[in-house]
Amino acid sequence: MTNIETNNHNIVYDVEGLNLWYGDDQALKNINMQIEKNEVTAIIGPSGCGKSTFIKTLNRMIENIPIVRTSGEIRYHGKNIFDKSMRVEELRTMVGMVFQKPNPFPKSIFENVVYGPRIHGIKDKKILMEITESSLRSAALWDEVKDRLHDNAYGLSGGQQQRLCIARCLAVQPDVILMDEPTSALDPIATSKIEELIDRLKEDYTISIVTHSMQQAARISDKTAFFLMGELIEFDNTKVIFSNPRDQRTEDYITGRFG
Amino acid sequence: MMDFNTIGQKTFNLSTKGVKKVNTYKIKIDHDRINRRIKLNNISKVVFSLSTVFALIVLAILLYRIGVQSYGWLNFKFLTKNLSIFPEKAGIYGAIIGTVGLMLIVIPVTLVLGVATAIYLEEYATRGKMQAFIKINISNLASVPSVIFGLLGLTVFSRMLNLGSSILAGGLTMSLLVLPIVVVSSQEAIKAVPNFLREASYAMGANKWTTVRKVVLPVAIPGILTGSILALSRAIGETAPLVVLGIPTLILRIPKTIMDDFTALPIQIYYWTLDTVLTAEYANLAAATIVVLLLVLFIMNSFAIVIRNKFQKRF
Repeated sequence: MTNIETNNHNIVYDVEGLNLWYGDDQALKNINMQIEKNEVTAIIGPSGCGKSTFIKTLNRMIENIPIVRTSGEIRYHGKNIFDKSMRVEELRTMVGMVFQKPNPFPKSIFENVVYGPRIHGIKDKKILMEITESSLRSAALWDEVKDRLHDNAYGLSGGQQQRLCIARCLAVQPDVILMDEPTSALDPIATSKIEELIDRLKEDYTISIVTHSMQQAARISDKTAFFLMGELIEFDNTKVIFSNPRDQRTEDYITGRFG
Repeated sequence: MMDFNTIGQKTFNLSTKGVKKVNTYKIKIDHDRINRRIKLNNISKVVFSLSTVFALIVLAILLYRIGVQSYGWLNFKFLTKNLSIFPEKAGIYGAIIGTVGLMLIVIPVTLVLGVATAIYLEEYATRGKMQAFIKINISNLASVPSVIFGLLGLTVFSRMLNLGSSILAGGLTMSLLVLPIVVVSSQEAIKAVPNFLREASYAMGANKWTTVRKVVLPVAIPGILTGSILALSRAIGETAPLVVLGIPTLILRIPKTIMDDFTALPIQIYYWTLDTVLTAEYANLAAATIVVLLLVLFIMNSFAIVIRNKFQKRF
């Protein structure tokens, strides 16, 4: 494990001694890492290594599985997210999530984007329309859908659906965006569009992305964390991880010897 | 499980070299065997189609008999006139009003209680032994004979709450009878809503109730409606619980409020059929009433099918 020197104000997430169990199976073992503001943190590792579990712990979505237990602390801007005073609704408003499979609601494109703002109390039609346009523009989807905002979202292609899900996430004005293999269900062209998008979004957001593709991690991330069997093996600048990893297992994984 | 030590030493062997082809058996084409199987297939086809034809023939005979018997008796006067002991003057207006009144109680009571129960069991209740126990018992309730629900209604609504044989007592009893069906079908409809939609909602900071109201219910409603309509059509045709409640034979006064005594279509059929011994024409009246009841059920079931087809799967 590398210790990364940081200015404390820039730390969004500070994970300390995080353990997680599914029933009796330990899925995360003593994770310590820090996620910094306006950086893209890629999380890589073979299937079943706990990378999805880890990212879903950051917004406590993992608690939807009833048998999950955790110990340790995840401090989000200094506040422990497992604290009793922390409400998941608040946390998830600040920390948006994009899923592996595009999951728009079976409603119109417009209704999808304004879902979040609406549940947080925005009713004014004009403001909702402005939110729709700015979110869709930020997600690089506006030009493709501006003439059919009231059509069902399921008429869009897979890549467009995923960008709609990103727009829907942006509409809540999150601070952090968690992405759980956002391009694994998409073709290469749609994937490269999402990657370009992530590159632009990091100016305004802190992004944490789980990916199966090491090329993707190398292309888009500033820092990379390598997980193996529930442990954080190595966490460093992406350049270091991919050119000069400290751990033999990291090197084996990124050179494709297993995984 | 992966072994860390072997990973570094590149001892992974994924090649298929050296795997021998299995040669312990060989598939042969046997013409006799294939012919036998074709014959067997044809025989089963005939058996299965005959079973279907049998059911259709019975239904056709029933419809034919009813059609012939009710011919000439089923007219506008029959629908708009009240009961009478003279067959020529008798109509089922009172029974229609009674059945409509029953539905006005059953629909809101079962929809509210049934859907609320289903939402609780599927979305809120923590999965465990208790929830499984409740679910099994609700399914069991759906198969309890209707006469038992009649006795329950008689004890609780007619006697304890002193509602007598009013529309309210009958409606509440019928609600109890079909409630388990509505609960089970609503549960199925809610369960069919894909989980990734709930996750999308939770991930934006929505709580359970918002997610249920804005995501789960809109997707589940066609399924809930289909099940509920089928349950209601069962309530319309049920006779036994009303007999146990002591719904009177002959009501000459049209019910005006839900506290009034009433009669309903299936009850009317039941008593007219019984009284055929006294007056032969009552059989024709019963047949005409059956046609009306069947038409109502047919329309309701078609409605359920239309809803189901219209909102079918978009995922």
